[in-house]
Amino acid sequence: MTSTSPPKKKSWSWRSQAFRGLIYQLIAIVLIGLAVWFLAHNTLTNMKARGIQSGFDFLLGPAGFDIGESLYAFDSAQPYWQAFLVGLTNTLRIAVMGIVLTTILGTLIGVGRFSRNALVRGVCYAYVEFFRNVPVLLQLLMWYLLFTEGLPDSLDAWVIGPMFLSKGGLSFPIPVWASGHLWGLLGLLLGAVFAVLYRKWAYQQFEKTGVLKSMFWVPLGLLLATGVLGWLIGGAPSTFNAPIKGEFAIENGGSLTPEFLAVLVGLTIYTAAFVAEVVRSGIQSVARGQSEAASALGLNPSQSMRLVMLPQALRVIIPPMTNQFLNLTKNSSLAVAIGYPDVVSIANTSLNQTGRAVECIAIVMLVYLTTSLSTSLLMNWYNTRSAIKER
Amino acid sequence: MKLNTVKTLAAVVAAMGAVLAAPAHAGKTLDAIKARGQIVCGVNTGLAGFAAADSAGKWSGLDVDVCRALAAATLSDAEKVKYVPLNAQQRFTALQSGEVDVLARNTTFTLSRDASLGLTATTVNYYDGQGFMVPVKSKIKSAKQLKGQTVCVQSGTTTEKNLTDYSKANALNIKPVVFEKLEAAENAYFTGRCIAYTTDASGLSSTRAKVAKDPKEHIILPELISKEPLGPMVRRGDDEWTAIVKWVQFGLLEAEEYGVTQANVDQMKATSTDPVVQRLLGGGNEDTGKLLGLDKEWLARAIKTTGNYGESFERNVGPKSPLNLPRGLNNLWNKGGLMYAYPIR
Repeated sequence: MTSTSPPKKKSWSWRSQAFRGLIYQLIAIVLIGLAVWFLAHNTLTNMKARGIQSGFDFLLGPAGFDIGESLYAFDSAQPYWQAFLVGLTNTLRIAVMGIVLTTILGTLIGVGRFSRNALVRGVCYAYVEFFRNVPVLLQLLMWYLLFTEGLPDSLDAWVIGPMFLSKGGLSFPIPVWASGHLWGLLGLLLGAVFAVLYRKWAYQQFEKTGVLKSMFWVPLGLLLATGVLGWLIGGAPSTFNAPIKGEFAIENGGSLTPEFLAVLVGLTIYTAAFVAEVVRSGIQSVARGQSEAASALGLNPSQSMRLVMLPQALRVIIPPMTNQFLNLTKNSSLAVAIGYPDVVSIANTSLNQTGRAVECIAIVMLVYLTTSLSTSLLMNWYNTRSAIKER
Repeated sequence: MKLNTVKTLAAVVAAMGAVLAAPAHAGKTLDAIKARGQIVCGVNTGLAGFAAADSAGKWSGLDVDVCRALAAATLSDAEKVKYVPLNAQQRFTALQSGEVDVLARNTTFTLSRDASLGLTATTVNYYDGQGFMVPVKSKIKSAKQLKGQTVCVQSGTTTEKNLTDYSKANALNIKPVVFEKLEAAENAYFTGRCIAYTTDASGLSSTRAKVAKDPKEHIILPELISKEPLGPMVRRGDDEWTAIVKWVQFGLLEAEEYGVTQANVDQMKATSTDPVVQRLLGGGNEDTGKLLGLDKEWLARAIKTTGNYGESFERNVGPKSPLNLPRGLNNLWNKGGLMYAYPIR
């Protein structure tokens, strides 16, 4: 038998589907490019015609306004771009802390919905239904009102140990930096190395003998012991900058403002409801036989959840979890409603001081686009890592 | 994204789209207003005495009177105004993009606003200065005592920068808590989040009179830390419309100076032999409206609508209002104030 292959099409012919596809795509790209150019060009021409100044040069001029809270010192004489940077760090501070807290709280509640205890199950269910169905802006305003209305004035602040809680926020002692702390940090670092080595050794022992050694408390003990040891070697510096009641308000010490607390608590509690649902659906996606098999092996419920169910559920959980992380980050822009100086708030102020509306909004868009894309990049990497490894 | 950001964004997009509109020609704003049969007036979202809507949705205030007088002068009907409540951030974009014809929203005239926003300042309708309000029980007597304190402020205003300048000049290290909405900033102050609230002194009085549970529990500190000349702004490039907005305000000042009031305007027109009054009211052969593209009676109608500047002041922010602000700088030039109208002739 002879096989006859169809005659080869010329690849640069209109009859070739691949070639036509390429041309159509090129046309589409050119059209989109033209539309973008048309919009940008017209905006600029139009703004010029109306005498509205434009351009990003304003970023280098002095900002001229103070920012209520930032991780590092900001002075009003510094340029606008540094003000934006303060806003960005404030946004990221909420996003990072929020994501960590949300993951912990959401996972606990999601797992709680499988509890054998009806009360725990019911509470988790009610939590999800309540916080998921109330608009997040309302929740932020509610928390803020609670913090500012419910707490006492700063002069009658509640005293919790060395801390003060009042309308002015949470004031707490911060250690005064001394060189001895460096030794403490070194100790912690060393402890971490020991802990990792110990866990490796414990695994080997477990695989050899089948005897399960402590995998959590002993490494933690190691870590703390070396940390404290290092701190002692460094001369045990223990001066604290404690908050004190001043004439009109609480002074000194570190503090978290009620705005920050309200945004963090509000976003965490709101997003945790969604994360709980993601975790629940992930666990439900694991075949029932898996948990039966786990009990047949003699694992207790918590071991079965931790060692068998969750690792398998993770594959289903990660992609929607990424969405929730992105939502949390983007929702942090609502913080401006309750006076937290995030990047949107800074952009709003800058927009008004300079009149550069297009530029400021472009910066905000760029910031959220960048954070969102990097978050999803990171999560995609983690997703590939935790996918089934077919060997 | 935040609602107001969306609004600003929408306005930006609208500005982009506006390029398709016809190029500027003389008096197009007035033409558009006449064709529409309505003036679109950007006002405050709610500041008693300047622009606030009552429970029936009827707007009143010193700034609202500017809109009403303009409508009376151009459309012969003070009710033909559409009020667009704008917060501090939306206001300039709304005016730039043509969403409103005039911005009568206690806006401070500054160099950068006049020079870089594509807007024109007309004339001042209220001379103000920035002050601080604190609760009486805080025992603070002077702004100099605000060292290290939190102060509530609305974002996107000259207020925010003045506060920073003042804090720096006096080494006070004031911590601003910045809110986008006026109501949010006021609320935060009244719930005790901030020791002090800062804005223009007139705004403080308005807030104290209308929002505070007990006005007697709050005092306005003696220091005024800035000059705040407030007045309506218009888009740049339509000089005819700018002139109308400016001269309607001058006209109302001139009316006060010559004793023309809401009550006696008709009688004055009929009987007064003073040539200035005749020019103001379009009596006899005088026609000052023609040059502005308006009719003879433009100012007479405006006066009939809102009264002269003094009457409007008294009714909205002066002794006849809860604000009870002194006339002070806002008195006529010949009574010790700064209000000085260019002659209508």
